[in-house]
Amino acid sequence: MREYLKNIWTAIITILIGMKITFKHLFVPAVTIQYPDVKPQLPERERNRLYVNMDDCIGCDQCARACPVNCISIETVKGLPTEDLGKTSQGRKKALWVTNFTIDFSKCCYCQLCVFPCPTECIYMTDVYEFSEYERGNLIYNFSTLTPEEAEQKKINYAQFEADKAKEKAAKAAAPVNTSAPKEQ
Amino acid sequence: MTYDFFYKLFGSQVVAAIIQGLLPLFVFILPFAVFAVWLERKVSAHMQDRLGPMRVGWHGWLQTIADILKLLQKEDIIASENDKPLFNIAPLLVFIGSYAAFAAIPFSSAFIGSNLDLGVFFIVAVSGLVVAGILMAGWASNNKYSLLGAMRSAAQIISYEIPTILVIVTIVMVTGTLNLNTLSEMQTGHFWNWMILGGPTLGVAKFLMIPFMIIGFVIIYISSLAEVNRTPFDIPEAESELVSGYHTEYSGMKFAMFFLAEYANMFAVSAVVAALFFGGYQSPIGYLGNLIGIKWLIPIEQLFWFTAKGLFFVFVQMWLRWTLPRLRVDQLMAACWKYLIPIAFVNLIIIGLITLM
Ligand code: SF4
Ligand code: SF4
Repeated sequence: MREYLKNIWTAIITILIGMKITFKHLFVPAVTIQYPDVKPQLPERERNRLYVNMDDCIGCDQCARACPVNCISIETVKGLPTEDLGKTSQGRKKALWVTNFTIDFSKCCYCQLCVFPCPTECIYMTDVYEFSEYERGNLIYNFSTLTPEEAEQKKINYAQFEADKAKEKAAKAAAPVNTSAPKEQ
Repeated sequence: MTYDFFYKLFGSQVVAAIIQGLLPLFVFILPFAVFAVWLERKVSAHMQDRLGPMRVGWHGWLQTIADILKLLQKEDIIASENDKPLFNIAPLLVFIGSYAAFAAIPFSSAFIGSNLDLGVFFIVAVSGLVVAGILMAGWASNNKYSLLGAMRSAAQIISYEIPTILVIVTIVMVTGTLNLNTLSEMQTGHFWNWMILGGPTLGVAKFLMIPFMIIGFVIIYISSLAEVNRTPFDIPEAESELVSGYHTEYSGMKFAMFFLAEYANMFAVSAVVAALFFGGYQSPIGYLGNLIGIKWLIPIEQLFWFTAKGLFFVFVQMWLRWTLPRLRVDQLMAACWKYLIPIAFVNLIIIGLITLM
């Protein structure tokens, strides 16, 4: 009987205690962040979408080699001696045309390993994290500043330059024969 | 009163009766269900330091309407192994069971669906229909979880009907009437005339009765909670064990029907508790209409007080739901058969002795 009454008593008291706690929480301000309207504060070193500042990129391919999932693909063409490719912001002369620089964000795991080896610190993490797409192909970002035609042109230019050089070399190789002849005359 | 009005307006008893019958559904239960679902989500959210629905309308108050629109568009799935006729009738039966209870509930002195002399008895009887509907739903779904939920529900509702009825009998014994309207009329005046405070007759008996009336109220409130399958007595739909019990297989409007029935039921039991113990539609502090001499204001005030009391008890139901964990099946049965029923019996005898004095 004692046990019985004690059970009733504990039931009533514990229920009332529980109800008191929940009632108090009715008036505790909510911790919810109204996401699309209010953006949460991101931590200082958050890792999100990459950005490549092509003005500074020297096309050294270090980032692509560091990437564990191979989602960066870089294609470069040497610049002609006559061309001025400009300088990086640290004053380094650029020697390569970056004809193609794509990052496939559907593969990227946001490990930031590509950021550290970059000699010019031109590939870095931004605070953009809302870039979902309906098409997977749209997640392949192209950072190259050259249009496809320009890139094609650069390739042709370089091939031409190489061909010219080869011709010159061939001409040089043939020259002793040519130049000696007039001396003999 | 409203019936006479419609009868005069349309000159046909059938039309008047149909309108009278549909009135609480469209004027009261649907808006109430819409509001209560929103309230439930808000209460639960704020009790857990969340915000709940916020995006449809001010603080999400149109969320339920959006949800109803969504449910209306949904495909009505009937699995090939379902027992189709039973499967289709079940939600209707559950809803009818809970809606029929509203026929005998006095919303105000001017509106009572049917002024039955057997009011409370009728309510207890028709809510029994809900069990049949739930069992049908569980059986016809041809799903073990549904059937388990339905069986549990039947066991639970039938057991908890006993303490409910014992407490109702206590009140009936004191007041001598089963008619909810008369019951409410008896508790007129101020709140000290309510049954929870010993009823309208003044005397030693009134004060002796107060503690036992409070016990009676607690018992009927707990057992009515169990009858409408609300937490902590929601083992028929226990999400973590039974998916969602007897309505697992339902989708679209049929599911909405169960949902509506649940909320209608919540209000019905709250209304019965309010009518039995808290003066029904009577104001606790007297009427403004009496004070300034406008007679037609009184029924409206009564409707307000009735809704306020009903809503308060609905709120407490939600409050309990978000406070207490679910009982185990054996605990559920123990609470009913070992605690509520004996106490209700003793309570009945003590109040009987007090009334004899
Ligand atoms: S963050 Fe990691 S995965 Fe993404 S591009 Fe850089 S190295 Fe590759
Ligand atoms: S490491 Fe930096 S400079 Fe080198 S290719 Fe990548 S982005 Fe360009």
